[in-house]
Amino acid sequence: MSLLSGDGPRGRPLQILIGAVVLALMLAPFLFPGAKALNTSAKICVMILLVASYDVLIGYAGIVSFAHVMFFGVGAYGVGLALYGLGASWTAVAIGLVAAAALSLALALAIGLFSLRVQSIFFAMVTLAVAYAFNVLASQLSDITGGEDGRSFKVPAALQPGFKWLDHPIFGVPASGKLIAYYLVFFVAAVAFLVLLRVVNSPFGRVLQAIRENPFRAEALGYRIVFHRTLATCISALGATVAGALSALWLRYVGPDTALSFSIQVDVLVMVVVGGMGSLWGAIVGAAVFVVAEGYLQDLMGALANAAAEAHLPLLPGLFDPHRWLLWLGLAFVLAVYFAPAGIVGALKPAEGKGKRT
Amino acid sequence: MSAGLALEGVHTHIGRYHILQGVDLDAPGGLTTMLLGRNGAGKTTTLRTIMGLWRASKGRIALGDRALHSLAASDVARLGVGYAPETMAVFSDLTVKENLILGARQGPMDDRRLAWIFGFFPALRKFWLSRAGSLSGGQKQMLSIARAIVEPRELLLIDEPTKGLAPAIVGALIDCLKEIKATGVTILLVEQNFRVAAEVGDEVRVMDNGRVVHRGSMRDLAADQRLQMRLLGLSLDSHQ
Repeated sequence: MSLLSGDGPRGRPLQILIGAVVLALMLAPFLFPGAKALNTSAKICVMILLVASYDVLIGYAGIVSFAHVMFFGVGAYGVGLALYGLGASWTAVAIGLVAAAALSLALALAIGLFSLRVQSIFFAMVTLAVAYAFNVLASQLSDITGGEDGRSFKVPAALQPGFKWLDHPIFGVPASGKLIAYYLVFFVAAVAFLVLLRVVNSPFGRVLQAIRENPFRAEALGYRIVFHRTLATCISALGATVAGALSALWLRYVGPDTALSFSIQVDVLVMVVVGGMGSLWGAIVGAAVFVVAEGYLQDLMGALANAAAEAHLPLLPGLFDPHRWLLWLGLAFVLAVYFAPAGIVGALKPAEGKGKRT
Repeated sequence: MSAGLALEGVHTHIGRYHILQGVDLDAPGGLTTMLLGRNGAGKTTTLRTIMGLWRASKGRIALGDRALHSLAASDVARLGVGYAPETMAVFSDLTVKENLILGARQGPMDDRRLAWIFGFFPALRKFWLSRAGSLSGGQKQMLSIARAIVEPRELLLIDEPTKGLAPAIVGALIDCLKEIKATGVTILLVEQNFRVAAEVGDEVRVMDNGRVVHRGSMRDLAADQRLQMRLLGLSLDSHQ
């Protein structure tokens, strides 16, 4: 089976779009110099993994969970608190990641085994309650987690901005630890994405799709629903945990706002829907579109408002006021859902005809 | 030869409705037993109860010496029970190939068996990589039956396979059912089309109001128009 598990993006427009996003992310430090652009690129890499892992759950297994951000938080806090407590070393990163993965697996197993037997709406409510409780717990255990302030920590020397691994710049970009940190985030996210792509294209992934479409029918073929759903929850949780760990390493900070906030869960849901549910390629498109809009829509609106003011146009300067960026983002989301209910990937996919045996 | 199926005093409740009210039914091993009856008699509920999709509230279901009534549907399927429901039950988002792979739970599909299936249903070969959702109703029904027989089974439960199918496809389906019969598998087949039942069935059980009210050979029922009228309100002649 190929690197893309025989499930590459379908259709030339989508291939070009995905290729452009991946190439831009791969060369981001050289194409878009500057701290904001690099932060945006790193956030897109992290979000691609987080959204892809959520799509395994919601798009492939048909499980609506609101606890996904909790697993992201476990990964971020695991690595962050290990680096804070044990010092800036790779051993601390490894210990934090393994401990976070173990906790995520235990939580995912508990949620899966106790909750997946109930109807989907009740499951969603249970996950919401668990995620909320975890958020409160992280805030309350301030001696360990730093409470609402979170924890800042040092990362291993090779990832620190001051670290120089070459005396001369590469294509004008300083050979610093920041560059290593970016490519660590990029490659780990890329490998984890490919692993998830392999999972959804394996026989297990097909069973998940069958269960999503009709659990009774899948059960009548001999597939154990709770087992498969629980395993999907665990795999998805591990993906989110790794994304959280990458986020912590990049930000060198962990706190409720960056790791456990419910707004992250909402953002992930929006990215899944905008990108296209049930296709991991949608995670790449959705995360890129959303994070770029989040980062640059205000700038764009500021420029539009200034241009409208200079042209003495009525109403428009107020409408394009940068503080109203969320209104426009929301409007764009509503339009995207209305005109492309299957997401950008669904809209760009070529029309399907009946095929033949190969 | 495959094991026989036996139901003793099986009751099934769906919500507050008491659907099966003490079903005593046997399907001899290696034979095709037709389950006939008017609409609402409890035929589909009987199949779903055997399959474990509805839990029997009372009674005993056994395949050979193995009890089925306390098992989950997945465990019943793992004992070698194949089920083709009446609703053209394919997974529409998956391809024809993926639907059949799901049916072959024990391992890779056997190419010879696949060629055997393609012999009855050539459309499945033609649309091998198409999404099942894009198939016609008849092709979906073929896929549903093909998925039930893609592996050798001990017992096949088939619910109204000819429902809504064009006459030409019904002919192919009858040939298919006869071939499956010849492999020695035990079949319990619900069918409204009396001609199909008469052509395929060895034994017949007739249900009414959640109970089995007649058992005998299919040949005898097909030959006795008065009995048909009494049990089913129809005669073979009126279906010709």
